[in-house]
Amino acid sequence: MKRSRDYSFTDFLLELMLYGLFVAFYLFLVFHFLGDWLKSIFIENRIVYAVVAVLLILTQAVGLERLTTGLLVLIRRLRK
Amino acid sequence: MYFPISGAHLDPLVLVLLGFVVGVLGGFFGVGGSFLAGPALFALGVPFNFVVGTDLVHIVGKSVVAAREHHMLGHVDLKLAAVMVIGTIVGSETGVQAIEYLKRGANVNLVVGIVSIVVFALIGLFAGAEAWSALRLNRTGEKDESRGKDRVAFGFFARAMKGIQLPPRIRLPLSGIKSISVWSIILVSVVGGLFSGFLGGGAGYIRMPCLVYLLGIPTHIAVGTDLFEIIISAGYGSLRHAMNGNVDILIALVMHTGAAIGAQIGANLTQHFSGPRIRLAFAPLPILGAVLVAQKLLSGGH
Repeated sequence: MKRSRDYSFTDFLLELMLYGLFVAFYLFLVFHFLGDWLKSIFIENRIVYAVVAVLLILTQAVGLERLTTGLLVLIRRLRK
Repeated sequence: MYFPISGAHLDPLVLVLLGFVVGVLGGFFGVGGSFLAGPALFALGVPFNFVVGTDLVHIVGKSVVAAREHHMLGHVDLKLAAVMVIGTIVGSETGVQAIEYLKRGANVNLVVGIVSIVVFALIGLFAGAEAWSALRLNRTGEKDESRGKDRVAFGFFARAMKGIQLPPRIRLPLSGIKSISVWSIILVSVVGGLFSGFLGGGAGYIRMPCLVYLLGIPTHIAVGTDLFEIIISAGYGSLRHAMNGNVDILIALVMHTGAAIGAQIGANLTQHFSGPRIRLAFAPLPILGAVLVAQKLLSGGH
């Protein structure tokens, strides 16, 4: 997927801001709901811990970015 | 803030800031930034066994963001990356085994430290000298077609690699390569993987220059494709380290908050700089890495 030519600097800033908000909220959810569970699987089952760790970082990297891009597309459509 | 997995007390804002700085560098130069983040995490008070693993996990996340950004800018050669994956995994495992072998006999920290210093210093000096010459060529050169393009001053290495006639040969249209032996690509990726397994991190500091100087890949595509390879090498290392209990995922997630934003900024910045300028700005990084390793060796690892 290549970026469209009408992608402006404002779009980029808006995307960064939205992404920052999502990431902060995601971090709060993980710490609040999964913190203790992560500590316990770290002690009890390292294989599950390893898989969960990689999934958590990939969700933060890919999932939230997709969500941000999708939301940005929606905002641009509404603006038009 | 208390991080229960590693038992460390760390300021989350400092972690976010560290992630941001490493993220910008990663997005711009196509490196993982472990040479900077590793010592910084250790200095902040993260237990030593958690430093390498936690840093690798955050590198995976950041490289995914930066590689996706570069892909949207048309800077990732997926065909080249697919061939490189084979060599990266083979090289990475060989590097890990080399470390295990050294652990049985010689002083592993000293050997790895000296190898790191020599390799980092050579890469930094070579990249600096080459990029400077390429910029001079661009400024003083004749007004020919190649002026202003991504020129490489020492192009004979790439010509020699392209001259290897061993089949199968492939075409890389995105990188502007008409024909190259698959074995040349695998050789370069094995070297990158070897350093990744041996010295830790994603080894972008060696793979990115190798792609430019040995395979003749344009700098912007080398940066994007290298980030894709870092996802593979750092992802593989992350799983292994997490299984050995060397990863604090909560620290990695906090760092990645800053790194993900920094990586997007770094990746977008590459559009505004020419190839030789990116390579010239890259040159001090491996030298900084060499200084940090030397300082660590001289202080006895403390």
